[in-house]
Amino acid sequence: MADEMKDMILEYVIEEYVDEEDDEEEVGYDTPLISSGIVDSFSMVSLKVFLEKKCHVSLPDKEATPEAFDTVNKICELVRRFQD
Amino acid sequence: MAYSAKARELFAEDIQAIRDKGIYKEKRFICSSQNAEIEVEYPEGAPKKKVLNFCANNYLGLSNHPEIVKAAHEGLDERGFGMSSVRFICGTQDIHRELQDKVSDFLGMEDTLLFPSCMDANSGVFESILGPEDLILADRLIHASLIDGIKLCSAQYDTFKHMNMKHLKKKLELHQDKRHVLVVTDGVFSMDGDLAPLDEMCDLCDQYGAMILVDESHASGFIGKTGRGTHEHFDCIDQVDLITTTFGKGLGGASGGCVSGKKELIELCRQNARPYLFSNSMAPPIVNASIKVMDLVTKDTELRDKLEWNAAYFRKGVEEAGLCVRPGNTPIVPVMLYNAKLANDMSRDMYAEGIYVIGFFFPVVPSGAARIRVQLSAAHTKEHIDKAVAAFKKVGEKYGILGLDKKGIIEKYGM
Repeated sequence: MADEMKDMILEYVIEEYVDEEDDEEEVGYDTPLISSGIVDSFSMVSLKVFLEKKCHVSLPDKEATPEAFDTVNKICELVRRFQD
Repeated sequence: MAYSAKARELFAEDIQAIRDKGIYKEKRFICSSQNAEIEVEYPEGAPKKKVLNFCANNYLGLSNHPEIVKAAHEGLDERGFGMSSVRFICGTQDIHRELQDKVSDFLGMEDTLLFPSCMDANSGVFESILGPEDLILADRLIHASLIDGIKLCSAQYDTFKHMNMKHLKKKLELHQDKRHVLVVTDGVFSMDGDLAPLDEMCDLCDQYGAMILVDESHASGFIGKTGRGTHEHFDCIDQVDLITTTFGKGLGGASGGCVSGKKELIELCRQNARPYLFSNSMAPPIVNASIKVMDLVTKDTELRDKLEWNAAYFRKGVEEAGLCVRPGNTPIVPVMLYNAKLANDMSRDMYAEGIYVIGFFFPVVPSGAARIRVQLSAAHTKEHIDKAVAAFKKVGEKYGILGLDKKGIIEKYGM
């Protein structure tokens, strides 16, 4: 179940944020997303909208920080915390 | 004293952290009027140096144009220095109304509202017209002032990939349940010089019942065959709902901005926009000079035509010299270097050659996309541009990047 969520988020991140022409950019579960510039803090909102819709959670703005969204693994931890 | 030694130490640490990240903004002093040829004191305390300015937003060369300066003097003599009031109390003169009307005519919009700056216009427009049941859908590379305005508004927001129409369409489909959807884009993106494909965007907005706002700060006065802007360039003037723009760039270069568009939306800005309600009016000399600007850009296309020629001539020159230049057809010409240190080092060497340009790198541009952004002006002569191209060639040769493409530069210097 956890891996399914990870894969779903990873797939979304690649589709939503990685440039189709950029074949050099490999993104994995622990790739920094925000601190590396793949996702900027403004467009991070798309990811939040997706997570809330797909995972049926409400992520408070104060918890949805760039740090908490920096890798797919960290995002999974955050979502699970609010699913419980 | 509340400002304790400890507080001072902590703030000093914050400043040091900015320096450590390599994003500290140095002080640079211009000791002349703004123009193609300026005198600069940099670094602070250094002797003044005469350089050619290739990094100003002085697109039409109006910052120090004699007719504009004269009009500012007349405004000062006839209507005084300041208004000492916000617009709606006692800060609106007839010349404010005249400028608004001229801007509406020029942009092809129903109505216009002046703000102290376009930053203020962008801060106020969203909160004035949208609420929690609405959605703002923004290009990911819009200007920081739009982002701030969006964050100040209670509407929901989402983003789409930069100028990616497939992605915009997908997001418009996703958000069909919202009351109003407002798509937001820059007309010309300031870091890349990209033109937003407004015709396609407007068609998508029509298809999905969305409105569109375009920030034309880097377009008004010179993009399009008569300089009306990006909407003229793409022949979709009637499809645009809102435009924000500035008098601080091509249209004079002093200050002031506006929101222009559908009359109900402008009226809501007049009633609700906090930067309109709580900040002073544009000063009379600037308003009078801006009226003259609108007359000049409406009268003929001489200045925008010269700017267009200058931009094409410079672009051809640096491309032929072997620099890696981002494709485009605006007066913003990014010379791509990819590596932040290289961009910094080259801009310093360009300054030594008498050309004032600045290196831009993360977080101002995406990581690995460092560049020197060159901005052309109608005030540049052919000789100025020849000198800038020669300097780029000399400095580019020093760093061994002439003839290299993106891959070649990254292999040599990293990202």
